[in-house]
Amino acid sequence: MMPVFLPDTLDAALDLLTRDPAACVMAGGTDLLVHLRATGDAPGPLVCLDRLRGLKGIKTDGDTVRIGAGVTMTELLASPVVRDFLPLLHRAAGVFASPTVRNMATIGGNLCTASPAGDTLPPLYVMNASVELRSPRGERTLPVDRFITGPRRTCLERDELVTAVTVPIPVDFDIHHFEKVGQRAAQAIAVVSLAALVALDGTTVHRARLAWGSVGPGIVRCSEAEELLEGQRLTLTNLRAAAAAVSNAVTPISDVRASADYRRQVAGNLLLRLAAL
Amino acid sequence: MKIRFQLNGQEQRLDVDGDLRALDVLREHCGVTGPKEGCGTGECGACAVWMDGVTRLSCLTLAAQLDGRDVTTAEGLATDGPHPVQAALAELGGVQCGYCTPGIVMTAAELLARDANPDRDAIRRAVSGNLCRCTGYHKIVDAVEEAAQTMRAAQEDK
Repeated sequence: MMPVFLPDTLDAALDLLTRDPAACVMAGGTDLLVHLRATGDAPGPLVCLDRLRGLKGIKTDGDTVRIGAGVTMTELLASPVVRDFLPLLHRAAGVFASPTVRNMATIGGNLCTASPAGDTLPPLYVMNASVELRSPRGERTLPVDRFITGPRRTCLERDELVTAVTVPIPVDFDIHHFEKVGQRAAQAIAVVSLAALVALDGTTVHRARLAWGSVGPGIVRCSEAEELLEGQRLTLTNLRAAAAAVSNAVTPISDVRASADYRRQVAGNLLLRLAAL
Repeated sequence: MKIRFQLNGQEQRLDVDGDLRALDVLREHCGVTGPKEGCGTGECGACAVWMDGVTRLSCLTLAAQLDGRDVTTAEGLATDGPHPVQAALAELGGVQCGYCTPGIVMTAAELLARDANPDRDAIRRAVSGNLCRCTGYHKIVDAVEEAAQTMRAAQEDK
């Protein structure tokens, strides 16, 4: 039996983590509880964050949007700030699992699970999001690509909590594109996903930021494809050249959802969609 | 641990392990068998209940999390006769084996509480986390549409 604590302040939560190094943090529980039951693991006490009002809220100062770690996917979807300023994240939240799971799953949980298939991650990577962390020793902020260190691995310390995600509002980008390929429309775990931000100068690409999910041990950025597109028009020919670079750069695995070859092909092909936009 | 919560309008006081599944607390300790276990991993929606008016999966909710909450199951949704969603599902054949029905009812009733006039797409999206292997969903969507109409008509009569 694992004792369950429901702290209602951040200090109380941090205190519980400090007192018992075996304590395990639970946000929405939609990944953690499935994992614990599948493995039979029983960590120390569960510190459940769903009473922490301090982790709620979405705020903007016009330059960045700060999203509390306890904000659920449903709350992201309902937020006009997210819809208007962070359309990539809004779209990712819209295809995240199912409506009922979205009522429970949080953005902080999706970050800490650090799955290469985490739906919010490709958008957070291309938007250069930062993760705010707090422990009894103080606060620190890390870029998302440094916070996540590998598949299901982050640099979160045992006595540390993610408190918020800060996302610079992507200005000057003409194309905000997110697409997730799954085996079905709802309740799918991504087979491949792509988040793309493209700034155009007339009809030529001035700047491109691209990130793929589910095609490597972590979120994959492909600077080669970005550079191939920059200075070019978004024609199918140019996109095919970049797509070939992507297919070479990704390192997918074969699993129950798809083969590595399929993922490699689709990762490139998703880029071709930019021609239609 | 000692927990106290409202279940379908009645206060429950229990002393249970905090890490039990809320689903098991409701079924085994409270005798409320509307919520069902389909998958136990959050993929089928058969265990959906309302907690403070929000649809949640009771298989991925812990007993401890029930404390202080207001929980509604398909049993509690039926107050003065069946809820319009329940009535329409029965009438229009949106129920076959019935296992998914209590979960569908909670999800659909939440949709109608939020949106009095959803189109068929919105209904399909709303129940997309509730697996039904019998009906093919068509009659479920018909029933939710019918329930929405019934509820709007009742609202206008007031």
